[in-house]
Amino acid sequence: MKGSLSDSTKRVMDIKNRKWLIAGGVVGLFLLASKLLQAVELTLPRVPLADGVDVAIEWATINLAPFFDGIKLVVIKLLVAITAFFDWVPWIVWVVAVGGAAFRWLGIRTAVFFLAGLLTIVSVGLWDHAMSTIALVSTSMVLILVTGIPIGIMASRNDRFESALRPVLDAMQTMPSFVYLIPVIFLLGSGKVPAVLATMIYATPPAIRLTNLALRQVSPEIKEAARSFGATPFQMLFKVELPLAVATIMAGVNQSLMMAISMVVIASLIGAGGLGNDVLFAMSRVRVGDGFEAGLAILVLAIVVDRSTQALGQRASKETRTE
Amino acid sequence: MAQEGAPKLSVRGLWKVFGHESTGGIVPDEIANKSKEDMREDDGAVLALKDVSFDVNEGETFVVMGLSGSGKSTLVRTLVRLIEPSYGQIIVDGDDILQYSEKELVDFRRRKTSMVFQHFGLLPHRSVLENAAWGLEVQNIPKAKRLQIARETLDLVGLSGWEDYRPGALSGGMQQRVGLARAIAADADILLMDEPFSGLDPLIRRDMQGELIRLQEHLHKTLIFITHDLAEALKLGTHIAIMRDGVVIQIGTGEEILEAPADDYVAEFVQDVRRTTVVTVRTIMDQPDLKLRQSTTPAVAMREMGQAGVVSAFVCDEEDHYLGMVSFNGAAEAKQRGDATIADAITVDEYPTLPADTSVESALPVVLEHHNEGALAVTDEEGVLVGTLLPSSVVGAMAQEAQDATDHREASAASLEASHADDQEEADGDGDSEAVDPREGMEVS
Ligand SMILES: Nc1ncnc2c1ncn2[C@@H]1O[C@H](COP(=O)(O)OP(=O)(O)OP(=O)(O)O)[C@@H](O)[C@H]1O
Ligand SMILES: [Mg+2]
Repeated sequence: MKGSLSDSTKRVMDIKNRKWLIAGGVVGLFLLASKLLQAVELTLPRVPLADGVDVAIEWATINLAPFFDGIKLVVIKLLVAITAFFDWVPWIVWVVAVGGAAFRWLGIRTAVFFLAGLLTIVSVGLWDHAMSTIALVSTSMVLILVTGIPIGIMASRNDRFESALRPVLDAMQTMPSFVYLIPVIFLLGSGKVPAVLATMIYATPPAIRLTNLALRQVSPEIKEAARSFGATPFQMLFKVELPLAVATIMAGVNQSLMMAISMVVIASLIGAGGLGNDVLFAMSRVRVGDGFEAGLAILVLAIVVDRSTQALGQRASKETRTE
Repeated sequence: MAQEGAPKLSVRGLWKVFGHESTGGIVPDEIANKSKEDMREDDGAVLALKDVSFDVNEGETFVVMGLSGSGKSTLVRTLVRLIEPSYGQIIVDGDDILQYSEKELVDFRRRKTSMVFQHFGLLPHRSVLENAAWGLEVQNIPKAKRLQIARETLDLVGLSGWEDYRPGALSGGMQQRVGLARAIAADADILLMDEPFSGLDPLIRRDMQGELIRLQEHLHKTLIFITHDLAEALKLGTHIAIMRDGVVIQIGTGEEILEAPADDYVAEFVQDVRRTTVVTVRTIMDQPDLKLRQSTTPAVAMREMGQAGVVSAFVCDEEDHYLGMVSFNGAAEAKQRGDATIADAITVDEYPTLPADTSVESALPVVLEHHNEGALAVTDEEGVLVGTLLPSSVVGAMAQEAQDATDHREASAASLEASHADDQEEADGDGDSEAVDPREGMEVS
């Protein structure tokens, strides 16, 4: 018994030693190869990737112009209407309404914090820009909801679609936004509409992902029971699945919203205007104080929006909780 | 439409192989001849139903019994195509439902069937009332009307007052009543129940069984009831089908199954029921319909039998000692012969007597052997007639006994669990309910 035990221990030691030997050999080879190839100049023929993209964009600019014009028109109409609304409501009404709602649902401390934050924005003279930012974010969110949630629903129904979608979503979320700002400018020009579309590209993935996830998580037992009584796919979706998924979907919407707000600074590079512009302006002139004020305003907006939508999501989940 | 007398539902050669894609058509030989193990080894497919056939008559309670994994849930789900069967036919009211289009299928589920599930499957975001109305809601029945019907049905299952609660606020037993109400309110002809009471505490389970019997007495639905418990099967079933590894190995009435178990597997089930019975015949016997003295005249005997509506009667001497039976025909012949009493018309041989202290278990073979002849006489040590015994009472008593034993086992297991691990309560399904929990207070030590 004892002998076999020490035997096996020895074997383990042997394996460990061998591993170290191999690792040492590999590192040695690597260094040796580098040393030997030091003087040799190795080149590969250039793959014309950039040229290809240029050509494709050029082609799209010319041939897909009617399509992009159509999109532009829709976005502009929506944006104009939403901006007009935010401009039309006086700041005092907003501040009182948000403060009151926060007091009613989120408690006195949150309400005081919200009030202080919003009043600061007003007093430093950034309210109009803040509203312009909010209008842009809202427009993006409307578009994100009407595209992201249906896509999420489709993904939850179809495994193949889901797995085709996943790398696309990853790319949308991880690719540095500057990279696609360039083609967006080419295709759509600069201004608020391309800013909205760039924001959409960046911020839609969480809405899609969590809608898909939420619907896949709905208990199969509940779905089966509901279906056994003769519910149609349409009834299943609207009476069973979406109500049970709403809390998770809201979490996704909240994430999208936060990402949309964080995009406003970057999108100001292509003419989004609003608070992002103030940050950019301060940066280019090294005005730290102005930059701080604009940054603070963005932060306040983000916190107010985040806390409010989270509260909404919690109410939704309370509605559908299982117990 | 179905012809008169045709079964409400018949299943013909139904197969389900998980992992193979195919519906309808003839069973390929290479599948028909393979065992469950072979199939799993060959390509990972699971043979869940193998050539299942049975008929269910209108208004009866058809119980499907088998151990875990025998394919019961698969079977009941294929009946409404929640699972698509691989081969075979399912004929309901003369229609093969496997030929239905998607739209016809939805319609079929709405009008012909409703289901009750082991884990209830209630909608957690809706009130008890709305849950009970679900079947009517999907049929687009106006809100006021469907809520009215749901309210009445909840009342029927004893849940009035709970309409506005969420299902999560109810105990397991009450949630299953909601499930039952939902199924009844939909007013379909066929009720499919997949182990509806298995997740419930023993006491509540018995309650619910009684409830179901009571409801069935005035609803007259066609019931297909799944269980893994022979006692429950005997208690509820008009016919019982026993399944093993996807095969139906016996179909019969409770009496037939107790009398002649089709194979070792069934015999083991039956043994389980028998072992547990300790009740004697005395506790379950009935009073005789008609008891005659041997000194009675044939004419009086005939008149009394006529009044009592029986074709034979027990005969005793003046001290109530049992002598035998006399049939109406026997009495009539005695009268023709001009006998003064019925003493000579008494027959003894065909009618064995049972001592009152016989255990139910030993009485079973005797009553089953004579079950075509009606009640048997029960006598005490002195041979005095003390009662009569019907085969159905014996079977019923054994079912009850077996259930008591099961309940007892499970109750002690449950209390053990409760005192050992609090976190296991959730797995129990109704453990986290606050309203009714008989295990409360057991969590001592
Ligand atoms: N979706 C599925 N895919 C593959 N195999 C399945 C699937 N559903 C069930 N099975 C298998 O089919 C067989 C029958 O399962 P089924 O659930 O019908 O049994 P059951 O008699 O209802 O058991 P229980 O008493 O545990 O509910 C089992 O071997 C199971 O593993
Ligand atoms: Mg099952």
